[in-house]
Order: sequence, then structure tokens, then C-alpha cells
Amino acid sequence: MLTKLVLIVLGSILVNNFVLTRFLGICPFLGVSTSIENSLSMGAATTFVMTLSAAAAWMIQAYILTPFGLPFLQSIIFILVIASLVQLVEMFILKTSPALHRALGIYLPLITTNCAILGLALLVVIKGYSLVESAVFAVGAGLGFTLALVIMAGIRQELRFADVPKPLQGFGIALIIAGLMSLAFMGFTGLITV
Amino acid sequence: MKHLWEDLSRGLWRENPTFRIMIGMCPTLAVTTEAVNGVSMGLSAMFVLLCSSTLISALKPVIPNKARIPIYIVIISTFVTIVDYFLKAMFPAIHKVLGIFIPLIVVNCIILGRAEAFAGKNPPLRSALDAVGMGLGFTWALLVLGSIREILGNGTWFGLRVFAPGYVPWIVMILPPGGFLTLGLLLGGMNWLAEKLAFWSAQRVGERRLATAQAAAGEGCCRVPEV
Repeated sequence: MLTKLVLIVLGSILVNNFVLTRFLGICPFLGVSTSIENSLSMGAATTFVMTLSAAAAWMIQAYILTPFGLPFLQSIIFILVIASLVQLVEMFILKTSPALHRALGIYLPLITTNCAILGLALLVVIKGYSLVESAVFAVGAGLGFTLALVIMAGIRQELRFADVPKPLQGFGIALIIAGLMSLAFMGFTGLITV
Repeated sequence: MKHLWEDLSRGLWRENPTFRIMIGMCPTLAVTTEAVNGVSMGLSAMFVLLCSSTLISALKPVIPNKARIPIYIVIISTFVTIVDYFLKAMFPAIHKVLGIFIPLIVVNCIILGRAEAFAGKNPPLRSALDAVGMGLGFTWALLVLGSIREILGNGTWFGLRVFAPGYVPWIVMILPPGGFLTLGLLLGGMNWLAEKLAFWSAQRVGERRLATAQAAAGEGCCRVPEV
């Protein structure tokens, strides 16, 4: 049981990294990864929302959609739940910890349209995980997302002193760096088979 | 008539979602392992975009401004569900390859972005044309990416053999790194081309202006003042 959970976490961080292998959450990966501090805040906010929404998605699927035979409502319900969850989290953080809200505040609205969140909710259902496994999978996915974002931000900070050809400046070079990172992460293929 | 053409052509090049504005990147990179997958994704997104933009534009008078985003999302996800079930019934092989990226059209920034930036402010006909233009722009971008990756990575195009049987495919092109690298280099190429085009057209305008100025000056000096 415990081994399986550890394998799920390691697998979703290294082998099937959400950003570099599954292509989920590319927009914040390219857009927000300008400094390491921002990336850490964004990663923390995303991991938090991912865990909550994966658990919520699992419960909705198990207790509402499957028993009542409503699988066609899946994408509508999931996206609405995620959007309201993000709103709730934002209000809750604003009430309880204004300092944390200042740090994460601007990232929270962006998370609603982050396809990694909805993608995770859908993957949890497809993979048929239990509630605990889903939550652990979400934590792993969030950590993997954070890792990719932080590495990218680190490379981009160094890149400011590099002489990049003009047409490649901005997104072009960022995508090529992402390609090389993805190539590096392919080295983990076969490390774990879940 | 002219602005209708402008609405249609905007997405094709000037505001192309993939190469110019760079939104909707996740499906762009994920499904373009083969040309046919890219085209299916592009057409699915275009259908959703066309239906939701037209409907949102038509319902504009009754949608309360404060609740517009959730309403847009419900409209969009309804059409996404239709596409999902249509593909599952008619093209199960494609449905399997595109996988979770079909339901993820809901959070594709192109669709919500056009709803917010265009359909929510303009009449239905113009919104529909804008949606078709953006959809075609997205589709051709995915077709180009998918073609490059399939030809180099598999030696085929739409399943037809392109190279002689001795060709050793670049497997990396159909793996995730190939997607990032191809799009990155393609964007660089597009930027270079756009810059050159702008430079050449500026040069031509400059030459024409110079010529007219010279002609005018020539005309002026040779004309004998009438008394």
C-alpha cells in the first residue's frame, strides 16, 4: 500500500512529469517562470488546488456521476467545481492569512484555466485510483509541476546574460529549453512502472 | 464587406493563436505527433469555437455582465461534450489518441479568450466569422506541426510513406521533446519571416514614395510657368 503510494508520487514527479511529458500546464510554465520565488509560489498554489480538486473530483465521480448515470456531465461539473473551489480557497486565504494571500493572490485566478487541474481531475477518474491514491497522485503532480517551473525559472534567470538570436527571443528559446529539459527527463523512463 | 473579410482573416496570420499570440499551447504540443491528429484537434476546437462564439454573441443581451464567465464556461463545455461523444461514436481511434485533450478544450484559452474579447461585444455574424478564422488558424498551425513531426519522426505523412524504406526515423520528434523543439524552432522561423516581410514592404513603400516624390519634383521643375 505504502510502496504503491511512494511509486505514484515518484512516477508523477519524474517519469510522467505533468509539464514535460504530459503537456499539461504549459501556459503558466512558459508565462510565470520568470523568477524562482514566483515559481515556488505558483507551484505551491497549484499543488494546493490540485489536491483539493482531485479529491473533489473523485467524490463527485464516485457519489454523484456514476450512481446517477450522468457521465456526460463530467466536464461541465468538473470545471464548475474547480472554478468555485478556486474562489472559495481565495476567500478563505484572504480571511485567514492576508500575508499568504498577498503571495499567492494573483496566481489563484490563473489556476482556474490551468489545464493541469482539469486534466488531473479527468486522469484520476480514468486511472481508477482510490481517494487516498488520488490525493497522493495530485500532490505528486503538483510537486512535478513546481519542479519543472523552478528549473525553468533558474535557467531563464541565467539566460538574461546570454546572447540569444533575435527571432528566438522570448517564447522560442523558452520552448527549446523546455525541449531539452524534457529530453533530460526522458532519462527517467522505465525507472518506475505504475 | 471589408470588415467581414478582416474578421475572417484575423486568425489566419496576423493574430494567429499559435504562432502570434501563443495561446492554447497544451493541445498544440500534445496531439501533434501525427498530421491527422493535429487536424482532428483543430477541427474539434473550431467546431466548439464557432458554436460557442455564435451562441454567446446571440445571447449577449440576456447574459448578465457579472455572471458572464461562468455562463461562457457552461456554454463552451456543453459543445465540448457534444464533440467528445461525437468522436467517441464516429471515430473511436482518433478519440482514443486525443484522449483527455478533448475534454480539455473547455479550458483552451483560445475559446474563452475569443468569447471574452470578441463574441461578447460583436454581432453573431461577425463573431462566427472571427471564430472560423481563429479555428482555421489553429488548424493550419497544428497541421504544420503535425506534418513536420510525423514526416521526420515516422517517415510518413497522413499515413503515406514519404521516404525510401531505408529511412531511419528520428524517434525523438514524436516523443514529447520533439514537440517543444519543433514549435520553438518554428516560432523562431516565423518571427524571422515576419520581420523580413515587414522590412521588405517598408522598403517597397519607401521606394514608391521616393519615386512619386521625384516624379512630382521633376514635374515641378520642368513645367514652364504660364504667364
